[in-house]
Amino acid sequence: MAKIIAGVSSSHVPAIGAAIDNKQTEEPYWKRVFSGFEKSKEWMAQAKPDVVILIYNDHASAFSVEMVPTFALGCAAEFPPADEGWGPRPVPVVKGHPQLAAHIAQSVILDEFDITVVNKMEVDHGLTVPMNLLFGSPKEWPCPVIPVAVNVVLYPPPTGHRCFMLGRAIRKAVESYPEDLRVVVFGTGGMSHQISGPRAGLINSKFDKAFLDNLTKDPKKLTRIQHLEYMREAGAEGIEMVMWLVMRGALEDKVDEVYRFYTVPASNTAVGHIILEPHRRAAKKAAGKAKKPAGKMKRAAARAKTAVRRSR
Amino acid sequence: MAREQHDYDDIPGTFVFDQDRSRQGYGINMFCMSLMKDENRKAFKANEAEYLKKFNLTQEQADAILKRDYNRMLELGGNIYFTAKLGATDGHSFRHLAAVMTGSSQDDYANMMLAGGRSVEGNRSRSGKVAKPAKAAKKPAKAKAKAKTRSKSRSKRG
Repeated sequence: MAKIIAGVSSSHVPAIGAAIDNKQTEEPYWKRVFSGFEKSKEWMAQAKPDVVILIYNDHASAFSVEMVPTFALGCAAEFPPADEGWGPRPVPVVKGHPQLAAHIAQSVILDEFDITVVNKMEVDHGLTVPMNLLFGSPKEWPCPVIPVAVNVVLYPPPTGHRCFMLGRAIRKAVESYPEDLRVVVFGTGGMSHQISGPRAGLINSKFDKAFLDNLTKDPKKLTRIQHLEYMREAGAEGIEMVMWLVMRGALEDKVDEVYRFYTVPASNTAVGHIILEPHRRAAKKAAGKAKKPAGKMKRAAARAKTAVRRSR
Repeated sequence: MAREQHDYDDIPGTFVFDQDRSRQGYGINMFCMSLMKDENRKAFKANEAEYLKKFNLTQEQADAILKRDYNRMLELGGNIYFTAKLGATDGHSFRHLAAVMTGSSQDDYANMMLAGGRSVEGNRSRSGKVAKPAKAAKKPAKAKAKAKTRSKSRSKRG
């Protein structure tokens, strides 16, 4: 059975991608940002997911104003990097996982998420920058990626609560996939920033830090944040943070915060990053990836129950 | 018909790209989208006013584009991710656009960002009605009560 082994959130600032592409990562300004992801890359190298499900938004690259899907699931075999006006980023083509994606589509739609299935799509910095931050710049990405594009450009985006519930539906879908796959879910975007209008440049570290705290310990509270509050407190574009709640919804209620990083600014944006794993009993923590028989059995029992219920 | 008022219109210095602006600004955004192609960038640069005729723009929208009045473009339905493509076509960095929109110099804008960005204090509300963040301590109780009634009404509907 497939399972979600961790959730990762990270900003996807385009200038971070440009700094990588132009080899500026050692400059003091950028080093401050990239140094915060060194530990994360080590963590990722250990976690070795089989698949990444990456929640992000398109920035007028794959979707213009002609068509604006609220939730779009990338079901293709591959997703080329988009030309965002300076030529496509020199990053590997993103390989999808069409079989798991198809399974997720089938599952979440019956779970009342009327997601748009996308079989042809280019992906922009919203997806590729977090990939770089967590995997570095390899010749090929180490695992397939299922992109989930959320509209946060045209108001209103889906509510935080809806995003959280989509995460839940994704978890249910993943856990009912028969192959043994280790899945990491990414929530991207944010944190506080505004890049439009006379109020551009807005940053609210207090809001961001509270958001990070509650992401671990009280995500339900975050699901009650209204769009007005996001825009007022975290900037018009800070509303992207609803996408982090998809990631959080895909995890169990109790999680352990493995790592966090926060710095201001990367160009116009507060950079936030967090890694969450399903909660482990204290003794098990040190063992790292050791077996968790109790949890496994509980989950197996739960699955057996649902299977029985379904077969009725 | 005048623009319908929304709660978020109270946020200062902000043009929320909502459904109504999207409807109104379709031409602006499709024009910006066309600039993703090099041949279109060249055609636009060769004769800007003529090129704009291909898009269904009002005179004030066309004027805002020709004058590179980025705030006006947003107000008339442009979205920043689209108008940024016009900036790129002009060879301008995003910092240039930010400076234009905020009425500051590029250096001042960059320094403000380095110093931690624009503070939210004093920038929450045009009416001045919201001077503080929604109180975290009070909110959960209220929200919980609301959530309860909501879930009740939901289950009735269900």
